[in-house]
Amino acid sequence: MTETAQPRPDRAGPRPDPAQNYTLKRNWAQTLSNFGMWGALAVALAWSWYPAEMDRWTFLISDAKNMRVFATDFMSPDFGDWRYYVREMVVTVQIALWGTFLAVVVSVPLGILASSNMTPWWVNQPVRRLMDAFRAIHEIVFAVLFVVAVGLGPFAGVMALFVHTTGILAKLFSEAVEAIDPRPQEGIRATGANVVQEVVYGVIPQVLPLWLSFSLYRFESNVRSATVLGLIGAGGIGQVLFESIRGFYYPQASAIIIVVIVTVTITDLLSQQLRKMAI
Amino acid sequence: MATIRVEALSKKFGSEAALSNVSLTVESGEMVALIGASGSGKSTLIRHMAGLLAADPKSPSRVTVDDRVIQEGGRLVRNAKSMRRRVGVIFQQYNLVGRLSVMTNVLVGVLGRIPAWRGTLGLFNAQERHVALAALERVGIRHTAHRAASTLSGGQQQRAAIARALVQQADVILADEPIASLDPASARRIMETLRTINRDDGITIVVSLHQVEYARHYCARTIALAGGKVAYDGPSSALTNAFLTELYGDAAEELILPDAPVTDRAPAPAGAALANA
Repeated sequence: MTETAQPRPDRAGPRPDPAQNYTLKRNWAQTLSNFGMWGALAVALAWSWYPAEMDRWTFLISDAKNMRVFATDFMSPDFGDWRYYVREMVVTVQIALWGTFLAVVVSVPLGILASSNMTPWWVNQPVRRLMDAFRAIHEIVFAVLFVVAVGLGPFAGVMALFVHTTGILAKLFSEAVEAIDPRPQEGIRATGANVVQEVVYGVIPQVLPLWLSFSLYRFESNVRSATVLGLIGAGGIGQVLFESIRGFYYPQASAIIIVVIVTVTITDLLSQQLRKMAI
Repeated sequence: MATIRVEALSKKFGSEAALSNVSLTVESGEMVALIGASGSGKSTLIRHMAGLLAADPKSPSRVTVDDRVIQEGGRLVRNAKSMRRRVGVIFQQYNLVGRLSVMTNVLVGVLGRIPAWRGTLGLFNAQERHVALAALERVGIRHTAHRAASTLSGGQQQRAAIARALVQQADVILADEPIASLDPASARRIMETLRTINRDDGITIVVSLHQVEYARHYCARTIALAGGKVAYDGPSSALTNAFLTELYGDAAEELILPDAPVTDRAPAPAGAALANA
């Protein structure tokens, strides 16, 4: 044993004092607030029970026969028209690709303009509110509007994804910009560079990996969204799916759903790999 | 001809005065040390001289470089950009863009004097690349040109920052604590490099330092700041430890290395006598 291994009274922490009672007192305020939170959740669930028609849950059992017919049709997918399904699926991915690409292009300047460390409040606040609006309205709503404006078909889907995704990406981009290290940017400014050059050399290299990752993630989500957009006539596989369900062609609908699942899984896996490479 | 002239510079951050009524002149071709304890206003002064900060609004302040105004009355001039081009700045944390190559970081130095569209698109021509490589060669890190700046050691990054200032073809280099984050060997190397470009290129250098030993060793003149005011402006040799203690009280401890490196400058008896009196 060396000398340093000896207990050193001046370094030791406070020793337990046997005269003291060390039981931890219950924090009643915290306990009450916890009960309050759970109580509020219970009230909210009870309040929503009838409006959400949750009382119909018995039908799941009493009408199980319908479900069984439904299920058997779905269990025998009919891939007779697979070439058509794949072609429409590719169209869906193409819609997602263009919608995401346009959104990324527009989100770069909007993301910079929405960042509080890049622009004064009278620029970034209006831009942020506009992005809030783009984000608040669902793609489906935009798709309905664009179907009216530009007619049925894939282009309406592209525009719907473009607007909604811009709202999301511009916000994510600006959050990345707000988290940069300001010192490299100051280094660029000190050389006499202009504002755009400060952004190009000082800001974008810092945020590029994150931006790429966000964009790929949105592409992933947009492939999923684009399948749904077809339901309201904005082109792609969704339109085919909706038509088969409405015509009670369940084996065909089942085949289409399988095509969608496989495609979405492949895009997710690919995009995950790419995102890993980006960061 | 006076290179840098600072007149009646005052700057408040909130209600706290960082600089109060600072006036000084740095002559062309000088290498001046700026010393002071933490919070004495060294960085703030340098950022004002570099046109990165404006003084208190409506103050009678004025900063000129080569008789061209950078800021006046608390406002940067409209062409502050072209003035910044003439003033190279070196920072304590190097302020390179870590993901870009060393070469690109150095090429950034030409942005101020080439057409904006070409700089923005990164279309540097062969001559500009040649200048950048020559600058890297000069600071001894040409072999790192293609590496990402973040992969360099602190001393190498600071040398890349000096190369950027050289490419800028600045008349003045302001170095804000350039060696505070470096080990002693790298620190000496950076100070040697600064001294070389001061002597060979006639670039005026103002270097803020935390430790007075380096000021005594590398700079003939030292300006000492205390509480946002110029507390001393004169030969570095007169800055004895005793005088610094008198100037800064307990805060002097952080300015004086306990085992100060041997300097090649003889201690000035006059200054010592003054301080000890």
